[in-house]
Amino acid sequence: MLSKRIIPCLDVREGKTTKGVKFQNNVEIGDPVQMARFYYEAGADELVFYDITASHEQRGIMIDVVKKVAETIFIPFTVGGGISTLEGMRTVLLAGAEKVSLNSAAVKNPDLIRQGARAFGNQCVVLGMDVKKVGEKQGIDSGYEIVINGGRTYTGMDAVSWALKAQDLGAGEICLNSIDADGTKDGYEINLTRLISDTVDIPVIASGGAGTPSHLVEVLNQGRADAALIASMVHFGTYTIRQIKEHLHDRGIKVRKTW
Amino acid sequence: MIAIVDYGGGNLTSVARAVSHLGFTPLITGDGDRIKSADRIIFPGVGAAGSAMAAMERDGIDLAMNDAFAAGIPMLGICVGCQVIMERSEEDNAACLGLISGGVKSFPREMPVPLGGHLKVPHMGWNGLTVVQDHPLLHGVKTDDEFYFVHSYFPVPHDDKTVFAITDYGVTFTSALGRDNLFATQFHLEKSGEPGLLILKNFCGWKPC
Repeated sequence: MLSKRIIPCLDVREGKTTKGVKFQNNVEIGDPVQMARFYYEAGADELVFYDITASHEQRGIMIDVVKKVAETIFIPFTVGGGISTLEGMRTVLLAGAEKVSLNSAAVKNPDLIRQGARAFGNQCVVLGMDVKKVGEKQGIDSGYEIVINGGRTYTGMDAVSWALKAQDLGAGEICLNSIDADGTKDGYEINLTRLISDTVDIPVIASGGAGTPSHLVEVLNQGRADAALIASMVHFGTYTIRQIKEHLHDRGIKVRKTW
Repeated sequence: MIAIVDYGGGNLTSVARAVSHLGFTPLITGDGDRIKSADRIIFPGVGAAGSAMAAMERDGIDLAMNDAFAAGIPMLGICVGCQVIMERSEEDNAACLGLISGGVKSFPREMPVPLGGHLKVPHMGWNGLTVVQDHPLLHGVKTDDEFYFVHSYFPVPHDDKTVFAITDYGVTFTSALGRDNLFATQFHLEKSGEPGLLILKNFCGWKPC
């Protein structure tokens, strides 16, 4: 049967990997190409790179990073952050990424999902969703709202409706990030993950809040996620990918063993 | 020179990068004569079988592939490349190359799975193989090795002699098949880590009898 995927996520700013808490206070933690190779050898199933470069002029640096990563690792990887046109998607895919993650740009222009899926195939288009718990209110039936611009702007869009709409438009996968849980190491947002996983037919990658291997057990079992994104817990050497996978394997979750 | 067949749309550079990484020289081409004169041929295949076949026919690649197969040039199909070698695909109801007898079917929709929910289509992610018949390209593949899949359709060969590996995803399907100088995998060798590179390397040195 299919294995659950463990996916290290690297935030890249001006060519360097960084890590922040709730999208703030980022510290530099290394060279993304070297880190990609390290995680590839350590047994990561996939990688995600988010370009958090502030200025538009420096986006070219990210494309160089993508090209170097593609020559260095032979597993799929996704690139997201600041991609807002079909041409931007094409550039990233030709540089060697397997998938492109659309986030704010898809909220502002949902048709970009459809265009991308038609041009490159559904499997290339990942919808990145940043979600905040706001409680039930008008227009937000699920109590979870889509936010953009690193969590600073509320969109008035319900997370569940948006996930379904993106699937209909042709998204091949959803990367579901809880802003409330992001960087806290207190565990994933299980309710949110379960809600979205049970709603859509496409794979869901849970993101935000991973601190211990048991958090991954929760989100893959109770949350019914197909994959789990991790960052701090491996970036700072607290756990290795092998330790995490052995923990999951021992609890009956099927993972890809590379040792 | 290893020809990487370009029949429109997809990202062939991943396969080319993997071939270069192994120390061989890839050439991405959609030219029938170049394909026929290659030492080896890889056809990655992307998108839908129907559009892939239409592009092949438009550019005369279908004829070049038939000639190359008859001439005994080692050929490797990947993903949709392992579907277009069959006779016909359910996807777009497309007539295909017919190098191996059988068809191409889709995964069942709405099929319940044991832990709740239903089978997700496409089959996306890492899954294992059960090797059912020895093949030089599979030498060195270990029991626990997994490979990266992204597909909604799979080949259904008529003749068991053409089946080399099977994979379980709710249904059991053929994930590696071949005949004579032709071998094909439903999984992405270029994105399957070291086990994928191993099969690719085996292909680069393969001398079919």
